[in-house]
Amino acid sequence: MNIGTRKILDRSFTAVGIGSIVVMAVALMIVVVPIITNGIGAVFFTGTVEHRKMLFSEFKRGDSENLSSEVASSDRYRAKVYGMLTGFEAELETMAPEKKAEYKAKYSEVKAALQALLGPFPGDPAPMLTRFKYGQTRWEKAEEKLHDLLYESKWDNSNPDVMAKEYFVSRAIGFQGTSLVKLFPYVKDNMEKLLLPEFTFYWGFITDSSVDSHFFGGIWPEIQGTFFLAVGAMLFAFPLGVVAAVYFTEYARPGFLNSMLRSANSTLAGVPSIVFGMFGLAFFINTLKVSESKSVIAGALTLAIMILPTIIRAAEEAILAVPKTYREASLSLGSTKWNTIATVILPAALPGIITGGIISLGRAAGETAPIIFTAAVSVGSAIGLADVFSSPTPALSWNIYNLASEHEAAAQIRHVQYGMVLALVSIVLMLNLSAIVLRARISKKLKG
Amino acid sequence: MDARESSGSAPAQKATRDMYLPPERKKIADGGTAHISAKEFSVYYGEFEAVKRVSADILSKYVTAIIGPSGCGKSTFLRSINRMNDLIPSCHTTGALLFDGQDVYGKFTDEVLLRKKVGMVFQKPNPFPKSIFDNIAYGPRLHGVNDKKKLMEIVERSLKKAAIWDEVCDRLDKNALGLSGGQQQRLCVARTLAVEPEVLLLDEPTSALDPKATAKIEDLIQELRGSYTIMIVTHNMQQASRVSDSTMFFYEGVLVEHASTAQLFTNPKDPMTEDYITGRFS
Repeated sequence: MNIGTRKILDRSFTAVGIGSIVVMAVALMIVVVPIITNGIGAVFFTGTVEHRKMLFSEFKRGDSENLSSEVASSDRYRAKVYGMLTGFEAELETMAPEKKAEYKAKYSEVKAALQALLGPFPGDPAPMLTRFKYGQTRWEKAEEKLHDLLYESKWDNSNPDVMAKEYFVSRAIGFQGTSLVKLFPYVKDNMEKLLLPEFTFYWGFITDSSVDSHFFGGIWPEIQGTFFLAVGAMLFAFPLGVVAAVYFTEYARPGFLNSMLRSANSTLAGVPSIVFGMFGLAFFINTLKVSESKSVIAGALTLAIMILPTIIRAAEEAILAVPKTYREASLSLGSTKWNTIATVILPAALPGIITGGIISLGRAAGETAPIIFTAAVSVGSAIGLADVFSSPTPALSWNIYNLASEHEAAAQIRHVQYGMVLALVSIVLMLNLSAIVLRARISKKLKG
Repeated sequence: MDARESSGSAPAQKATRDMYLPPERKKIADGGTAHISAKEFSVYYGEFEAVKRVSADILSKYVTAIIGPSGCGKSTFLRSINRMNDLIPSCHTTGALLFDGQDVYGKFTDEVLLRKKVGMVFQKPNPFPKSIFDNIAYGPRLHGVNDKKKLMEIVERSLKKAAIWDEVCDRLDKNALGLSGGQQQRLCVARTLAVEPEVLLLDEPTSALDPKATAKIEDLIQELRGSYTIMIVTHNMQQASRVSDSTMFFYEGVLVEHASTAQLFTNPKDPMTEDYITGRFS
């Protein structure tokens, strides 16, 4: 090949390589940036006085004097709103029956929108669900609710050939000529005075339990559950995996059985995780009866079975990478085989073994399918260490899925979901980082 | 031990060797007894016979060099003495190899005990990725010495014997892989000496080293001669003639000639030996 063509080929290959890396980086940014920005929104956001009320009564957190002065100041403005409502209700009574019926339907919509914005009206019975006890706790949600109050959403079905289009009609026009027409501009102009938005750093998102299935509060039970499951899986899988790897590399005689075992191990590494989940239910809970029903221990065992092949493979490769000369040196000094493994080979293989272990730990923390049937519940409080044998736990991976697909008010609490995703990604990332640091430190110690 | 009588060439060998030995070496030569003796000893890798019916006596406290072209079985022979060949699954032996009159490959031989008595230094320096102290103390610890003070004594004595104490005494806690290649190799010798072996097997100990480090290792062998039975495999014939008392020449698994170094290099009996040492083939 002539030199010109060769150079062109070289350069075009470099270009293709750089191009693919750029594409991957862009794709990663597209995925990661919204996760980070939205996830951070769960902790840093503009909170309203309703959020501070909720914190005070649900978590006993906050300055009561400060809060009561804030509540008093917002109530002054709210009183006017409620005054307008009572005025309009009196006006309704004087209307002709048909007109009254027409306005009553519209008026109840207005009332519902106001309730969503400001919380229950004074004098109303306390709602059953905590989520209805407070108005909008987050400013950006309050702005959406304000829009709902000001405009009625309608659908344009005039053209049957295209999809119906949503359009908005001002509610104020509907109430033209009544006393309520003043309500809309008043609420719009005094939103800040009604809700007192303030920059909020809600660290409790990490450390609080959730209230009313994640409507308020934090994700501590999920974080703790994830931690218990992942560490529990490691406690089973790591020692077992290393011992198996030592057996495969040092003791097993090459032969049919050995190669069967190895290929079984490789196959196991490729089994879909949902299969492990079903296996865990059938084996650990139904057959071995490690617990009555779902429990952390059953989930940890299932995850352990799932990550075992990876740990075995990583440990095997790490052990095989230990120079043969170490083995020879140790044996030539009159060391037994077991001693050689324990004092020379395993320490030298440690960086590789630990890396494999921590990456598996990250995987155990992130897997959803194996814990669906064995360990996870959607809502629950943080469990104690003694309960791991009997009680299930919420876990980040499962609750992200649950919030995304099954939660009845998922659209209201996207920020919680993003917060969970960010927490999970950070945990896995931190585990991987610690693997890298640990590996570097041990390798440095080994290399002198 | 009368193993020597069984090997036909041994008495003649002794006479010639004595003739060529310098006076100060003669004393040792006179007291020489067979420390290791091979009788019709063969080593196979599967079907392949790598060492073919070798009969020889390795005399106690002697430096014996093994020379021969690549693939002639000299390393295999050396490694079969402390059973390092056990690591290769297909490897098996026939005939007898006696160490101190006991069959190395006997049914009841404890290879761990054997390797404690027969130390080995390898072609490439292979210190453990541990501190210098831990490298030397590794063997003694294996054999039950755990007293810190006693270990320190052993480490110092071994490092001094291996002529590397002065270079490393102030950094015993540093990783051994930070040493130069030559220092590493002497450290490996020290590590082997720390378990107090009777025999020292050196498998091309200088082939990975520069001339300066090689010289130091050779000096070290001179220092150790007389205290240990030393066997050294080498490709370097000058080295063999410099350091050894007797020399074995292997060719294609066969022990062609085994004589005192002086005789083998000046007056070889076998024409093949002559061809090899004069460089006509390699």
